[in-house]
Amino acid sequence: MSGDVVDQIFIRAKQWLLSWLAGAPDWIIQVASSLLNIFALLGVFLTLFALISVLERKILGRMQNRYGPNRVGPFGLFQPIADGIKMLIKEDIVPARADKIVHFLAPILIAATAILALGVIPYGRNMTPFAIDGGILFFFAVGSTTELAVFMAGWGSNNKFSMLGAMRAIAQMVSYELPLIITTLPVVMVVGALSPDAIVAAQSSYSFGFVPHWFVTTPWGAAAFVLFFVSGLVESNRTPFDVPEGESEIVAGHMTEYSGFKYATFFMAEYIGMFAISGLTVTLFLGGWHAPIHVLQFIPSYIWFFAKLSALLFVYIWLRGTLPRTRIDHIMNFAWKFMLPMAFTCILAAAVWHYMGRGLAGWLCSLAVIGIVYIALSILLDTRKRFATRTYRFAE
Amino acid sequence: MNSVAFILIAILTLAAALAAASLPKLIHAALSFAVTFVGVAAFFFLLGAEFVGLVQIFVYIGAVAVLIVFTILLTGRDAGKDRGFNWGGVAIAIAVFGGLIWAILKTQPLSIAAPPIEALTVRRIGEALMTSYVWPLQCVGVLLTAALIGALILVMNEER
Repeated sequence: MSGDVVDQIFIRAKQWLLSWLAGAPDWIIQVASSLLNIFALLGVFLTLFALISVLERKILGRMQNRYGPNRVGPFGLFQPIADGIKMLIKEDIVPARADKIVHFLAPILIAATAILALGVIPYGRNMTPFAIDGGILFFFAVGSTTELAVFMAGWGSNNKFSMLGAMRAIAQMVSYELPLIITTLPVVMVVGALSPDAIVAAQSSYSFGFVPHWFVTTPWGAAAFVLFFVSGLVESNRTPFDVPEGESEIVAGHMTEYSGFKYATFFMAEYIGMFAISGLTVTLFLGGWHAPIHVLQFIPSYIWFFAKLSALLFVYIWLRGTLPRTRIDHIMNFAWKFMLPMAFTCILAAAVWHYMGRGLAGWLCSLAVIGIVYIALSILLDTRKRFATRTYRFAE
Repeated sequence: MNSVAFILIAILTLAAALAAASLPKLIHAALSFAVTFVGVAAFFFLLGAEFVGLVQIFVYIGAVAVLIVFTILLTGRDAGKDRGFNWGGVAIAIAVFGGLIWAILKTQPLSIAAPPIEALTVRRIGEALMTSYVWPLQCVGVLLTAALIGALILVMNEER
């Protein structure tokens, strides 16, 4: 079958490369196989980072009715190369009173954790770089280390802006980690496994050949998807939740005292973290590498994965071009008063769906559960604050 | 292969623990402590206890280490000062170490080989937690809820 060859081309390539080591001891082959995976991951995602950094500026420019970068190369596509060279040859400034070691280690740790999280996501059929049984747990365990790295950056810089930025970042990351993890729970419960491959496999079938069994097509899945996406937005410190680096208030937050390549590392880690969380969203709710319609299965699986990933990334950029920054107390209230109860409701709705036989009746009942809680929450959380038309005393 | 990994992880863990106990700056000690947690998690991975290792990282680095640095941040104005040498701590450490050595030496080695068990999957852990260990799990849940409510009451704005 010719479709199969294209689908498995990267697996074949890896097997062919490893066949050179046929006579070597087992552990050498293991190490070589891991190294190949790592280089492939880094190659793909650093290229994607370079692409997305220029595309984001282009798209934002389009949304704000200006050109965006258009000087280096065709359509400004070589802009990342120019940026990279600029970052590399900049002077690396370390504040005199900084905690040198902590200041140095923070960008390394944050980049390492971001890249590690990429390792457990299934990118295509048989294309999970490191398929471990507790993959989802690994993702969150590694992700929770980011907070420590942000703290190290803030503390090591010995700067009030840095410290304030780090405090804000940790506060919102710790708060939103809760809804983030709790919204993955219904998926894990329904599938009965913590492995990303099993989760993707559970979403593989179709009703009538054109309705995919992705979890986003169920009411609890749709609600959990939205909650997960918003939490992911906060975890990657993107607009409208980018208070940790609010330029107008605290310069650049925990990155204030970083320059040159260290700053670029932070920047890269932020984007890689964004790719990782989007990749997990695709895996959990959007069917991973499965095609949306049965007849489109001839298109290779990795193309579907990266198409879905790109769509999510576009939404990230779109939101950045659309929404203003939220106030920190609003972000916190939203997390604890709305996101968390809704996340628990998703678990309940998933249970209802599961025990009513996963059919249409379960679908409707689970929708009812979500709807009732949503309406009750919106009534309870209504502050009764109504805004009258604003009157200006002097500016008329 | 495994023994080499064991020795490397042991050196890392012990060095980090020693650093946590002896570094002059409190914040460095806290970060070294986090490295110790990573070392312990690596031991779990080496023993094939993947789940426990991941939970170790998740809970101890994601929560406990962050809690420790936050405590340092919010309390100590003198967090950067030299802590001096704590002889009481040394005495307690030696006592604990001695007790452990005594307990380990007293234990008889198992006379029969342990029966081979099937691989411990996440599913089996979940089943065990929800069937045979459901009461301890519920008790922990109640305890944590009580702690959460207590923390909320502590920080709530007092009326008048």
